Amino acid sequence: MTAAAPLLRVEDLRVHFDTDDGTVRAVDGISYELQRGRVLGIVGESGSGKSVSSLAIMGLVDGERARISGRVEFGGRDLLALDPEAMRAVRGNEIAMIFQDPLSSLHPFHRVGDQLAEAVRAHRDVSRAQARARALELLELVGIPDARRRMDGYAHELSGGMRQRVMIAMALVNEPALLIADEPTTALDVTVQAQILDLVGRLKDELGMAVVIITHDLGIVAETADEIAVMYAGRIVERAPVARIFSAPEHPYTWGLLASIPRLDAPRGEELVPIPGTPPSLLGLPRGCAFAPRCPYAQPRHHEVDPRAEPVPGDPAHVVACLLEPAQRRRLWAALRTPERA
Amino acid sequence: MARYILRRIGWTVVLLALVSAVTFVIFYALPSADPAVLRAGRQASPELVAQIRARLGLDDPLVVQYWTYMKDVVLHFDFGFSYQSGESVRAAIVSRLPATISMTVGALVIWLATALPIGVISAIRRRSLLDRVTMTGALLAISAPVYWLALVALYLFASDIGVIPIFDGANTYVGITQDPVQWFASLLLPWLVLAAGFSAFYARLLRANLVEVMGEDYIRTARAKGLPERRVVWRHGVRAAITPIVTVLGLDIGVLLGGSILTESVFNIPGVGRYAYDAIRTADLPAIQGTVLFAAFFIVVANLVVDIAYAFLDPRVRYG
Amino acid sequence: MTGDALVEVRDLVKHFPAGGGAARRGAGVVHAVDGVSFDVRAGETLGIVGESGCGKTTTARLMLRLVDPTAGSIAFAGEDITHLSGGRLKALRRDMQMVFQDPYSSLNPRQSIGAILAEPFAIHGLARGEGERRRAVQELMEQVGLNPEHYNRYPHEFSGGQRQRIGVARAIALRPRLVVADEPVSALDVSIQAQILNLLRALQRDLGLTIVFIAHDLAVVRHMCDRIAVMYLGKIVELATADELYARPRHPYTAALLSAVPVPDPAAKGRVRQILGGDLPSPTDPPPGCRFHTRCPRAVPGHCDVVEPALEAQAAGGAAACHYPLGA
Repeated sequence: MTAAAPLLRVEDLRVHFDTDDGTVRAVDGISYELQRGRVLGIVGESGSGKSVSSLAIMGLVDGERARISGRVEFGGRDLLALDPEAMRAVRGNEIAMIFQDPLSSLHPFHRVGDQLAEAVRAHRDVSRAQARARALELLELVGIPDARRRMDGYAHELSGGMRQRVMIAMALVNEPALLIADEPTTALDVTVQAQILDLVGRLKDELGMAVVIITHDLGIVAETADEIAVMYAGRIVERAPVARIFSAPEHPYTWGLLASIPRLDAPRGEELVPIPGTPPSLLGLPRGCAFAPRCPYAQPRHHEVDPRAEPVPGDPAHVVACLLEPAQRRRLWAALRTPERA
Repeated sequence: MARYILRRIGWTVVLLALVSAVTFVIFYALPSADPAVLRAGRQASPELVAQIRARLGLDDPLVVQYWTYMKDVVLHFDFGFSYQSGESVRAAIVSRLPATISMTVGALVIWLATALPIGVISAIRRRSLLDRVTMTGALLAISAPVYWLALVALYLFASDIGVIPIFDGANTYVGITQDPVQWFASLLLPWLVLAAGFSAFYARLLRANLVEVMGEDYIRTARAKGLPERRVVWRHGVRAAITPIVTVLGLDIGVLLGGSILTESVFNIPGVGRYAYDAIRTADLPAIQGTVLFAAFFIVVANLVVDIAYAFLDPRVRYG
Repeated sequence: MTGDALVEVRDLVKHFPAGGGAARRGAGVVHAVDGVSFDVRAGETLGIVGESGCGKTTTARLMLRLVDPTAGSIAFAGEDITHLSGGRLKALRRDMQMVFQDPYSSLNPRQSIGAILAEPFAIHGLARGEGERRRAVQELMEQVGLNPEHYNRYPHEFSGGQRQRIGVARAIALRPRLVVADEPVSALDVSIQAQILNLLRALQRDLGLTIVFIAHDLAVVRHMCDRIAVMYLGKIVELATADELYARPRHPYTAALLSAVPVPDPAAKGRVRQILGGDLPSPTDPPPGCRFHTRCPRAVPGHCDVVEPALEAQAAGGAAACHYPLGA
């Protein structure tokens, strides 16, 4: 891609939890890069590790029983190697994160304005009044009507969409270079979702931020992301520019996802093709390809050998972790595509 | 809010009336002994007993007796006179209130000062040695009956009879105005005994609440903002975990102001609790009635105060 | 697909007292459902879509008489069931059932699957005897794609998708005529949703069910339903066949909803999207006139904020409650 160094480079990130029942391999070796001002969409279902991987980048994984390894390069440092105090200076400052449920993510007993001002004063040496002024500025930027009054109000007095705007304001108050949004619209109505995604898009352009958006909704990433990483059982099974993921996906799981969702732009009568089985438990993953038990094209060898992420021939920006032969995959996809989809 | 308070005060009155009625029925209508006989003393002649009965109005219908009693209470704040000493019950209680208040406040300070740090640290360092030791110790302290604890404390530490005489023992209490130093010294051991059970309970309660709160999403947000961990724990965690504790605290204060009967009795502190104990022992009905009403009053008022405080602590709660 | 009306709802209203507890004078009332009329035809799948607070779940509960209406009437198979109670209501329950949204909280964690599925039979006095009941339950389990040998397992031993199958099984145990599915797949992973949707379609075919399908996911509703009602703040704003609704929405709210749904096609990135401004008005204080006028790009002052539009049949079929419908 560009010659500039990426803003964020994740290398072989692993997060393993030691539990009484064994080791849960929540994130099992993921790697990706993100350039300044670009949007990466991480798509996965429950148990895919998508949230944990981002929490690990932020240093928010509960350290006691977790073993984290790999490298996370950001601004010339390996975030995983930083001591807690140095990492704290990065959180909420250079990298910010917003979460799924804005009601439970805001403190119920503190005023909205105070929570924002607190975020400012954690990283900037400013007076209370200055912090409050900055908070007000951000609330207006994210489109909260009557912001001055809302500053002194509480989270439960706001609607879901307003709360998520407050969360966004709080995340952006120190102008981070990277924003991680973990299922930011899942708990919101669809019209509110459109508002929020539109807002994030505008602010991203205004502030020149890079964004990682984590979701299970392929529609959202199609419309907001530049690049998509598909996660399954703690690994990235496919990563490509957004157009390629939809026009020429290479991994059977991606095919399965695309085939199983009802779409507004496809003919009505079409049968949905679900992916058989259920996502695996991350405790004691079977040997070999984690998707093999559910893959219609799996061969005996696939239950033994671990697939590694490799570039697709002729397209270095497109990476897939699949043991099928590339030519075979092309054929299979062409066959699946024949009920014409975009 | 004002309407809510007025409504609650109305209910308070009703509740107190109910408490007084129930107590009245229990002690007057179903007595374990004839009050007149008790009042008359040993070897009283039947005429004397009859005289006393007439004077105390014991032959009037129950309702009339109750009405007379309540009239005196409400209009003249008069709780009658002790069968034992003839002293005005109101005067007796009022004179003993300072001792009870001393007990309550001192124990309160000690148990909060110990429970809060222990609760917080145990919650933050779960499963550490400190956590396990303190929580086990707390369990023991809660399980021990307070009078047993008091007696053991005296046996071990009382200056007159104790194995390691470091604290003043029983019967050493004086009022604060009389001799502040002695007042303080005499209350140390009772305070520690009384605080033990409460401290244990509050430490466990705070630990449990805080553990739950620290798992909430808004704590994760606080950390994601890059706040120092200390601030996350106290301003976000403890702040949220403390509200149920305030509720319980208010109620406990209300109960204690009614007199900690057992502790006062063992240490022979002249408080309302000791008075109540003596009254029960001698079936001194007006005194019993008086202390019950007093205690009920404090508890009900504490209830109201706590509910109002809750609305200030938790902005999601609004009364109307 | 069309048949006689199995359920007829007329002017259904449900108001809840606001702020919990007894309604005080002037305390406000939540207009959850505020005058809703529609038919559910035998054998069809009717979808009800809308965002939070639109009243779709309340409408479903009213239809099943899980909640008593404040006003209006409900008829099932020609019989007025609005004020039914006691034994008659219990008998009615055999014919109309519900599948709930959350597979994690709608099953009693202390009961085995066998016990949960045997309950409908027990309640209505069917399949007497241990053996017969067991057989009936296992047949039911097979029908929804569960392994009948898992009869004695508990809900926590199943995945979300399997639990939802159990919920479906419980609903169809007594072969009801009507099944109301309240957001049956919203809590499930994407790859599992298709399994449950396919199951519902298959069961509808095999058992001749009529389904009322409530959801907020427009793509799912379009896939599953023959006709769709769009609700906003307690009213139906549009009612049309699925094809008509998605191709030619008449009500501006429907158009905004459809525009807001993200499409899994990167080519759609540049499309003009209608971002609906403002916030949902409070259901305790709905706007006068047309409830949507505060956010409607086509609202005409003096008309839309004064006169409430009725749900009227449109020329091309379907009905919309709008003074200035799209494409008119």
